[in-house]
Amino acid sequence: MAQRRPSYLRVFLTFARNSLVRDTMFRTNFLLQCISSAGWTLMNVGFYLIVFQHTPLIGPESGWGKYEFFVFLATTWLINSLVQTFFMTNADDYSELIRTGNLDFVLLKPIDTQFLVSFQKMDWSSLSTFTAGVILLVVALWQLTTRPVHPLSISPWMVGLYLFYLCCGVAIFYSLMISLASTSIWLGRNQTLYDFWFYITNFARYPMEIYNRGWGVPLWGFFTFVVPVLVVVNVPARLLAQPLHPQRSLSWQLACFALLATIVSLLASRWVFQRALLSYRSASS
Amino acid sequence: MYRGDFALGTLMRFLPIVTQIFLWWAIFDTIGHGTRDSANIVGYSFSNMVAYYLLTMVSRAFSSMPGLASGIALQIRSGEIKKYLIQPIGMLEFLLLSRLAHKLAYYSVAVLPFLLVFSICRGYFVDGWPAWDLLAGYVAALLMSFLLGFFLEASIGLIGFWFLEVSSLLFIYMLFNFFLSGHMFPLDMLPAPWDRLVSMLPLKYLAYYPAAIFLGKVPREELIGELWIEAGWVVFFIVTARVAYRLGVRRYSGYGG
Repeated sequence: MAQRRPSYLRVFLTFARNSLVRDTMFRTNFLLQCISSAGWTLMNVGFYLIVFQHTPLIGPESGWGKYEFFVFLATTWLINSLVQTFFMTNADDYSELIRTGNLDFVLLKPIDTQFLVSFQKMDWSSLSTFTAGVILLVVALWQLTTRPVHPLSISPWMVGLYLFYLCCGVAIFYSLMISLASTSIWLGRNQTLYDFWFYITNFARYPMEIYNRGWGVPLWGFFTFVVPVLVVVNVPARLLAQPLHPQRSLSWQLACFALLATIVSLLASRWVFQRALLSYRSASS
Repeated sequence: MYRGDFALGTLMRFLPIVTQIFLWWAIFDTIGHGTRDSANIVGYSFSNMVAYYLLTMVSRAFSSMPGLASGIALQIRSGEIKKYLIQPIGMLEFLLLSRLAHKLAYYSVAVLPFLLVFSICRGYFVDGWPAWDLLAGYVAALLMSFLLGFFLEASIGLIGFWFLEVSSLLFIYMLFNFFLSGHMFPLDMLPAPWDRLVSMLPLKYLAYYPAAIFLGKVPREELIGELWIEAGWVVFFIVTARVAYRLGVRRYSGYGG
């Protein structure tokens, strides 16, 4: 029998449909999850509204004023919600598959194991944060483009680049997440590593300029060049909110670096995933 | 058995404070035009702000009760609660003692990472230790925050007698708790009329209030009065939890073995 290459797109769409069916089976729960995510985003906005009552900018001459920062915050939500929708549940399940030995059944399927492990479930309720991100982004951009002094002008190019770097950000986060999840093959259970993921991505939630002082410089270097989480949100948010920043050439260097970081992260995570699989020994007979 | 994991996990919990330090550093640099030490926000200098976040970690060590409310609700739903009805021990007393034992065991190990972080960050405590009366008030506020946290969460968990699923309610509580207990920022920063409204809620005693006493942000003349109000809230939630338990048990029906 001739071996047919599976249609990855069709498999993915089937996963998405199945997840949606499962999510909407418990409609009240789904709705409550959406509401609580929206509540969380509201609290975040509340916090920064309070912060900006006391300061005009985050960092002297950084250009991150209230609405520029809200573009940044919205970008954080967009990327995080996409990662949560597509990958969070799956990475969580992956450790469980390894622990219980059920990964055997995944390995037997005639499709790429990393694809199957990464996309099996989708958490549709996380898209409520995505919606909140879009709303905040539109409001912030409206304020920036209609302000009387130095109004921001947005070109289709900027939008295109923003969307592209949004995808790069998701890819970097995904690489980090799947690499951390893969380590559970070696470590058995890695709850602490998951916490670690949350804490590391916490660094990505702020403009990178804030680390550029005192003992933050080594942190800035580490989270830009070694584990490149700082470029995840910073690059797209900067391209959209601060295209005319005095350090424009630096922005472009950063953008090029972000592209390189995405490619290297994806390749590195693929390597870690496959190396880890080689050490998999199942859990029982 | 997992002491290393414990210690590492506790150390990691301080990581978000690192990002908070840089966020506030940038903000204070902005306000102070490059000299962060000359700036202040609602009476907090930059050092005060960092010390505040570190102290809220201590408050939370006492007042946070992970899994308490959801555990109670689960026991009600699964019928496990029956065991308290036939054994000569009250559920609330049993849970309180086991929580106390757990906290003692956990923090006897976790005290090391706490000490490590505090000794690294001792430079942020510019005023040193508070006077003995404030220190006594601080300890009293911390101890009461443990009781308040316990009985407040237990009361929420006991709602499970009336509504079987309380997880979404709990999430909303956690959200409010995070924001209004002062875990996210010093409550003094709230604009009017929110500041007055939030100061009337019991949530501030879970994180903000002990830290504020330590940093001398609570005027001495108000200290005793505020501690009495906190004690009042503790009594209120003890009574609420007991009444809820009694009414709930009367309503509860367990079937099967």
